[in-house]
Amino acid sequence: MNHQHIVSHLPYEKPFLFVDELTHVDTKGATGSFTFHREMYFYQGHFKDHPVTPGVLLTECCAQIGLVCLGIYLLQGEGVPMSNLQVGLSSSEMEFLLPVYPGEKVTVHSEKVYFRFNKLKCSVKMHNEEGQLVCKGILSGMFKNTADE
Amino acid sequence: MTETDRYAKLKEIIRIYLPEDVAVTEISASSHFINELNINSANLVDIVLDVEDAFDITLENEDMDQMQTVQDALDIIDGKLKE
Repeated sequence: MNHQHIVSHLPYEKPFLFVDELTHVDTKGATGSFTFHREMYFYQGHFKDHPVTPGVLLTECCAQIGLVCLGIYLLQGEGVPMSNLQVGLSSSEMEFLLPVYPGEKVTVHSEKVYFRFNKLKCSVKMHNEEGQLVCKGILSGMFKNTADE
Repeated sequence: MTETDRYAKLKEIIRIYLPEDVAVTEISASSHFINELNINSANLVDIVLDVEDAFDITLENEDMDQMQTVQDALDIIDGKLKE
């Protein structure tokens, strides 16, 4: 399964797709990038007259690239059909070290802690274009294929 | 390890994942993890992983599917320990 194929199976679309490119994925982790374009709607309100990317969206970006892309890859490896994939974030513990301003491109890298019984737990890190660590943390999600039911 | 010991050990694991609105005293052998103890499927996986470590056993997907109540978990643990 190629990288773009995995991105095409993500259960998100604009304005809530936070993956531009998946650059690497294997059984241990995933790497990908996203550019927070200046025109994105949330900058109008976060914050008033001082646009900064909300931490929840940095978390979401980490989850979509690091957790969901990796989960799709791992499930595909187990032969699970991807047509009716559902995913739920079950826990997140993030630390935010630097702000991400409109127009910045970020790179997310995840490392699998475990994938058992359809639960994927990973450590994630996000870096900006200067290679500085923006945020890091531990994310877990449950995967479900509704075609099973 | 006696059955009482195994039950006590399992209860110690379960209590970590109980939501705040469920008291430890509400755990009994017949308790259903999801319907009665309000443990979600993600935390049920954590319980299984902790059980694996605590009892030095490995559970399969079928075991996970069968593990509805505390007694189910005890039966699965017993079975694995006898293997």
